[in-house]
Amino acid sequence: MAERTVIFEIKRQANPDAPAVWERFEIPWRHGMNVISALMDIAGNPVTADGRQTTPITYDSNCLEEICGSCAMLINGKARMACSALIDNLEQPIRIEPLTKFPLVRDLQVDRSVLFENLKRVKAWVPIDGTYDLGPGPRVYPQQQETNYPLSNCISCTCCMEVCPQFNVETGFVGAATIAQVKLFNNHPTGKVFKEERLRALAGDGGVQECGYAQNCVEACPKQLPLTTAISDIGRDVVVQKVQDWLRS
Amino acid sequence: MAARKIIVVGGGLAGLAAVIKIAEAGGAVDLFSIVPVKRSHSVCAQGGINAAKNLKGEGDTTWQHFDDTIYGGDFLANQTPVKAMCEAAPGIIDLLDRMGVPFNRTPEGQLDFRRFGGTLYNRTAFAGATTGQQLLYALDEQVRRHESEGKVKKYEGWEFLSAIIDGKGVVRGIVAMNLRTMDLQAFMADAVILATGGVGAIFGKSTNSVVCTGSAQSAVFQQGVYYANGEFIQVHPTSIPGEDKLRLMSESARGEGGRVWVPRNPGDKRPGRSIPESDRFYFLEEWYPKYGNLVPRDVATRAIHKVVYQLGLGIDGQPMVYLDLSHIDCHTLHRKLGGILEIYQKFVGVDPCVEPMKIFPGMHYTMGGLWVDFNQMTNIPGLFAAGECEYQYHGANRLGANSLVSCIFGGFVAGPNALQYASSAPAPEGDGGAAAELARQAEINKKLIENQGGENPFKLWRELGESMTEHVTVTRYNKSIKESDEKIVELLERYKRVNLSDKSQWANTSFAFARQLKNMLELSRTITLGAILRDESRGAHYKPDFPDRNDERFLKTTKASFTGSVEGPRIEFEEVDTQFIKPRARRYDVAS
Repeated sequence: MAERTVIFEIKRQANPDAPAVWERFEIPWRHGMNVISALMDIAGNPVTADGRQTTPITYDSNCLEEICGSCAMLINGKARMACSALIDNLEQPIRIEPLTKFPLVRDLQVDRSVLFENLKRVKAWVPIDGTYDLGPGPRVYPQQQETNYPLSNCISCTCCMEVCPQFNVETGFVGAATIAQVKLFNNHPTGKVFKEERLRALAGDGGVQECGYAQNCVEACPKQLPLTTAISDIGRDVVVQKVQDWLRS
Repeated sequence: MAARKIIVVGGGLAGLAAVIKIAEAGGAVDLFSIVPVKRSHSVCAQGGINAAKNLKGEGDTTWQHFDDTIYGGDFLANQTPVKAMCEAAPGIIDLLDRMGVPFNRTPEGQLDFRRFGGTLYNRTAFAGATTGQQLLYALDEQVRRHESEGKVKKYEGWEFLSAIIDGKGVVRGIVAMNLRTMDLQAFMADAVILATGGVGAIFGKSTNSVVCTGSAQSAVFQQGVYYANGEFIQVHPTSIPGEDKLRLMSESARGEGGRVWVPRNPGDKRPGRSIPESDRFYFLEEWYPKYGNLVPRDVATRAIHKVVYQLGLGIDGQPMVYLDLSHIDCHTLHRKLGGILEIYQKFVGVDPCVEPMKIFPGMHYTMGGLWVDFNQMTNIPGLFAAGECEYQYHGANRLGANSLVSCIFGGFVAGPNALQYASSAPAPEGDGGAAAELARQAEINKKLIENQGGENPFKLWRELGESMTEHVTVTRYNKSIKESDEKIVELLERYKRVNLSDKSQWANTSFAFARQLKNMLELSRTITLGAILRDESRGAHYKPDFPDRNDERFLKTTKASFTGSVEGPRIEFEEVDTQFIKPRARRYDVAS
């Protein structure tokens, strides 16, 4: 009986200026394999399906349990986390490519630091007085906690940005993840002190108005964040803020 | 005068906690991390964080937390820092609460607390079953705030290679490698804090993240820092075995009422949920009536091994037991354990609300680590350590939900102490040793890139992990530990013939890995040799040939120092601080 194998086609690029090439790999199948374990197998034996020596594949990964947000890539055309992509659920050949909306570093590794810059722009933090002991925080009822906790589950994987038709150089759109964080911090009893600043940061070009309601984000999100609700809530708040600012001016 | 400069290596809870304290006190911080700090391994912590807030009317106290921690750690931890940690814990919870961590709440809007292993109190605050993620994000947000105010400069995508130590043996900075350009650079500072996590990768597959190799600890160990209690490795009772890693199933599952069992009849072919109560063997509840499913991890892990390997009662004859939540209301489960239910569902394809989960113990936590004094400073002046990479808070076995508090507390101690040290540190002479250290690291890189031979680093790593997991985890015999030690010596020899298939100088991940592997191999001998010398059983270190704790000989900290010889690290023993609680027998099967 022939040994069962899995076929991969992986898009590779040695550096940002190098041409992209596809390499095909045939890997022994094992029960419970995911895309990451296949990439590990290739590192241990970097040989293509036609027997040519190659190099281990460069990719980001860390926790391997879909909580660190590192290993986002395109798997059979879909933006998703490689660790939770189980081989047995994928059609073969399994085609793997880097995310397309971010500067490529090498192979499957891209630079997603734009998200962290966006989080600075909207002051995505609670401005505490200091870390000395000031007693308990504000009282929060379970209903509020149950609204905020899902928003706080964002793993910064950027899948929502990759799949968004509006997230591109022309619009400069911040993307759904950042808008969800604005909602989270505007909801917080102390965090809301920056509410107006955050809304103004999302008021101009590249702000919440760029959203075209394609709703791809909410479908791609591996953590099921209520992204479209967050966008419409913040969209409304931004409009109200604009009107208030106009009345005040 | 310019602000004192502190380098922090590692952006998990301990590192970020230190950064915040330093920035707040007016120091300048350079923060180095292999991954963007928001992706650090602290995100994997699930169940919660301990603090004796006593919000359930049980009369819990910080002393009780202290006693549980010392007893759980089988009296190996120095008591002064543990006592300080337990006393600080309630304030740390308040602070995290103020930072916006979405902790679960009671109907009245108070913090909710749940049970965890090794205690009889509801002492664990939690945010669903993703508490580590939520805590890390809270600290990450505060650091981002300091970063935007110019107090912190992040170097994400840089790997620490070594400390820069001057002619007087004082730390003056670090050499780090840019993981894109592969460039080496020296960074100077008035003090350095390592917060680089655990050593899971030494065991191949573990619950740890990919970056948890222990490479940074090993590098400074090889430069003269003591490595303490290396032999104490926690194997978590409940993980899901996987092809790429072992995925943790939090102790909080049992804290919320989850029960561990196997079919009484080893040939029982029925699916778990169809097996009636009378045919189920709830072995933890039978053997440990007081603590039941919430015995400490070392105890639960040994019990599972006994059930599987001695009694032959693993499910279907496999090394698996049930962790059962299916008797608990589904809505409650999702509210309190959502994160881990999702992991099981996604990676195994079965709904744990309906079917009992199949789990097995897996390597989880590094109790040992860099030796530090009560100020978190190593034996090299100016070099501090905090978090899982140091040895201070957990003794021979860590209690669940104590890691998050020890990481944050350790960072909170290390940060201000590093700053204070910096304010009185003597000025460096010349370049402080930077050029020499940079040249040494460049030479190592050059040799590795040019190396010829037939060894693949990833294959050597698998062999290391398999040997360590087989011989140096739950049940230890001197003969087999020696086998692993000899294996490490063999792998170190074969490492000299490592041939990288990728010799490029751009985002070369296998090159970075090969450097980590060398350090893993060197550090792993502190585990094997420490385990061989400790002829007793204490906490996670269990030798059937020496089944009892031997306080006379081994109520001592193991301190390993690097020799560079084939004999391996030199080991000495240091007295343990037991001034507050007199060591007593550790028995979870009877009341203590």
